[in-house]
Amino acid sequence: MSMTATVGRAHADPHHIGLVVEHPGPASKRIVTAYGFWVFLLSDIVMFSCFFAAYAVLVSQTADGPKGSEIFEQRNVAIETVCLLLSSFTCGMASIAADVRNRFWFYLGMAVTCVLGLIFLLIEFREFADLVSRGYGPSRSAFLTAFFSLVGCHGLHVSAGVLWLLTMMAQVFAKGFRADVLRRMMCFALFWHALDIIWVGVFSVVYLLGSGV
Amino acid sequence: MLGKLDWSVIPFGQPIPLIAGAVVLVGILAVLIWVIVKGHLPYLWHEWITSVDHKRIGVMYILLASVMLLRGGSDAIMMRIQQAIAYQSQGYLPPEHYNQIFSAHGTIMIFFVAMPFVIGLMNLVVPLQLGVRDVAFPTLNSVGFWLTATGALLVNLSLVIGEFARTGWLAFPPLSELSYSPGVGVDYYAWSLQISGVGTLVAGINLVTTVLKLRTKGMNYLRMPMFCWTTLASNLLIVAAFPILTATLAMLLLDRYLGFHFFTNEAGGNVMMFMNLIWAWGHPEVYILVLPAFGIFSEVVSTFSGKALFGYRSMVLATMAICIISFMVWLHHFFTMGAGPDVNAIFGIASMIIAVPTGVKIYNWLFTMYGGRIRFATPMLWAVGFMVTFIIGGLTGVLVAVPPADFMLHNSMFLVAHFHNVIIGGVLFGAFAGFEYWFPKAFGFRLDERWGKLAFWFTFSGFYVTFLPLYVAGMLGMTRRMQHYDVAEWRPWMIVAAIGMAVLSIGVICQIMQLVVSIRNREALRDRTGDPWDGRSLEWATSSPPPVFNFAFHPDVRGEDAYWDIKIHAQQQSLEHTAPEYHDIEMPRNSPTGFVCAFFATIMGFALIWHIWWMVILGGIGAFATFVVFAWRDHDEYVIPADEVARIDRINLEERRSLVSMAGAI
Repeated sequence: MSMTATVGRAHADPHHIGLVVEHPGPASKRIVTAYGFWVFLLSDIVMFSCFFAAYAVLVSQTADGPKGSEIFEQRNVAIETVCLLLSSFTCGMASIAADVRNRFWFYLGMAVTCVLGLIFLLIEFREFADLVSRGYGPSRSAFLTAFFSLVGCHGLHVSAGVLWLLTMMAQVFAKGFRADVLRRMMCFALFWHALDIIWVGVFSVVYLLGSGV
Repeated sequence: MLGKLDWSVIPFGQPIPLIAGAVVLVGILAVLIWVIVKGHLPYLWHEWITSVDHKRIGVMYILLASVMLLRGGSDAIMMRIQQAIAYQSQGYLPPEHYNQIFSAHGTIMIFFVAMPFVIGLMNLVVPLQLGVRDVAFPTLNSVGFWLTATGALLVNLSLVIGEFARTGWLAFPPLSELSYSPGVGVDYYAWSLQISGVGTLVAGINLVTTVLKLRTKGMNYLRMPMFCWTTLASNLLIVAAFPILTATLAMLLLDRYLGFHFFTNEAGGNVMMFMNLIWAWGHPEVYILVLPAFGIFSEVVSTFSGKALFGYRSMVLATMAICIISFMVWLHHFFTMGAGPDVNAIFGIASMIIAVPTGVKIYNWLFTMYGGRIRFATPMLWAVGFMVTFIIGGLTGVLVAVPPADFMLHNSMFLVAHFHNVIIGGVLFGAFAGFEYWFPKAFGFRLDERWGKLAFWFTFSGFYVTFLPLYVAGMLGMTRRMQHYDVAEWRPWMIVAAIGMAVLSIGVICQIMQLVVSIRNREALRDRTGDPWDGRSLEWATSSPPPVFNFAFHPDVRGEDAYWDIKIHAQQQSLEHTAPEYHDIEMPRNSPTGFVCAFFATIMGFALIWHIWWMVILGGIGAFATFVVFAWRDHDEYVIPADEVARIDRINLEERRSLVSMAGAI
């Protein structure tokens, strides 16, 4: 669809304000899909913001349990962060490969993204399991409740992302780079990058600011 | 194996839910048998259940809302009768049952009546008004509808299997926590709202994208009909507010299922956080409901006054102002909970400020009517009735926005009267106006005016007889949600309110009669031109009901009131018979994805409520598999050949030409 705007007068401008740019008509499917997905991501970020707010409210409510500074291990968090940020890069490579319809680099980029995501999830899972085994599960205090929920919610999103990623690879394998597959790939890339942005928030608010409490 | 489920959950000892459940069950079975015996099942499946046509989905939303209105209305009748007779006695409803009824009434009326009704109308009308062929995401639209239906199904299931929440429609903790509500009632509440909430979010994303990205040529923002603007504002609010509800209910569920401490009294949980979160969703929610109603009234008032909407731009501005300010007033729902005078003052003032853009709208409607040639058809009656009623509700709203006054009126019957005043007078009247106004567009014939007017007058007067006494009772100190009471002064007002409820019920019966009579007389009421009201926006530019592709050509819009311009233009041009060149049209193929997805969501929701974990996993896998199957299909569109488009379009053009030439002759 051409996006050139025509310029009209008279009828278009009953209040005589000046030139009015005529709307060119419905947008293309690619634009509509990406736009809708952006709107979804915004709503998802609103949902995360509730968990961030809950964390901020409850962070000092430790109920005589451990404080953030006593349980956070910065080294693990650093590795997790590197994994996620790198995976965003490889996901970007996969997107470019999809755009130029190069299967090899697409599979490679997606596979590396998947492995990095799994490493991230594994570290997070070990952190959670370790805390629970020490008796610091989410029921221990409101602080741990908020911590497990916020970080876990992000983790669930990454898990869903990995599932989507594998489905996406299977679909490219079965269907090739069809227009609808490419649109889905674009949405997946947006999703994966958005999870990175959320992680930057989690990293800062939970692990950095939370260590200070 | 079956979690908490066994035979004891069926309330054999309680006749009311059992009989109600049995009646509903028999009704559903009767309809099902009738459908199967008459051989309508394939038609229903192909044309409705799997349809991704926004018009069909809109109609199904409204049907769902109407059925649930009867359910929520029955709850209301039971409550009014209870309060009329429960003076110094227990009445006929035991407390635990009464508490379920008021919780179910609120939940159903907001989530499964008001929401589907306005979303249905938006679905039906907005793409037509924008001059396009469908919404942005047709299949997702169907998924959204069926998930909403799943939520409604689960709520109704609680009638006979287990129980519903006894916590009020917002399930405030700590009462809704496991320690005080150990039953499955709150779980029914939370899971049905979680599932239908996903449906609502999907609808919101869909409609925001539709309005912002799919408009016909020349449909600039400031040429969109008012209903499209209010749809945009309302759906922006859905996108921004519903995730808060999802997160809040998720926290409550984590507390209940996994022993978390978000809102508990122990281990540092914070109950006030629930109040803040739930109302940060809850207040925008009321504007999600009422903004589309404002849009409907704008269309109706302008059409039936025969004039362009007065102050169109100020109306747009007022709509968007309400959209933003509605997010800054949530604290007025709990002034009494000790946020301090400064905070209360700020939110009190913000709450009063929101009355300003609303006032702008009222004046715009009045000035639209001023000097117009007004036709008092049924939709217009609802609109005028709304203006009177909503102003009273708005004024009592400004009253409770004053924190010191609110300290007296908080949680009283005055508050109950206030929000029914704005929700019935605003949202429900709006929904009815839209129903009457767009019914001919959806089905091709008008509704009977006589029954429609009767329905209006009974509902309108019944509303006042029911709810004005509640204001008085509130002033006399009566608090809400009382199962029985001992104060003699309240009694007469409760009896008057019960009588009002009877009048309101007659209004509902008239509405049902109107539908029956109109369907019987549909040939006489047939709308052949597609423009029964002498309308002004593009939905009237196509036939009634519109063809599946809505428009043979994307209309080219040159100004506000797009269709009015086209009509004036056509009359001046004395209709030279141009033979347009038709093209093939690609439309999205129907898909059972929404229905199948909702089927698995129902299983999953039910299993979660009853802690049947294997079934949860099964439902989850099923839902994922549904999406994969959908993603794997190779043909998602079908082509309507140009000849067929031409054939359909010419029929409508002929009817329309004869109308315009007749109008020209006069």
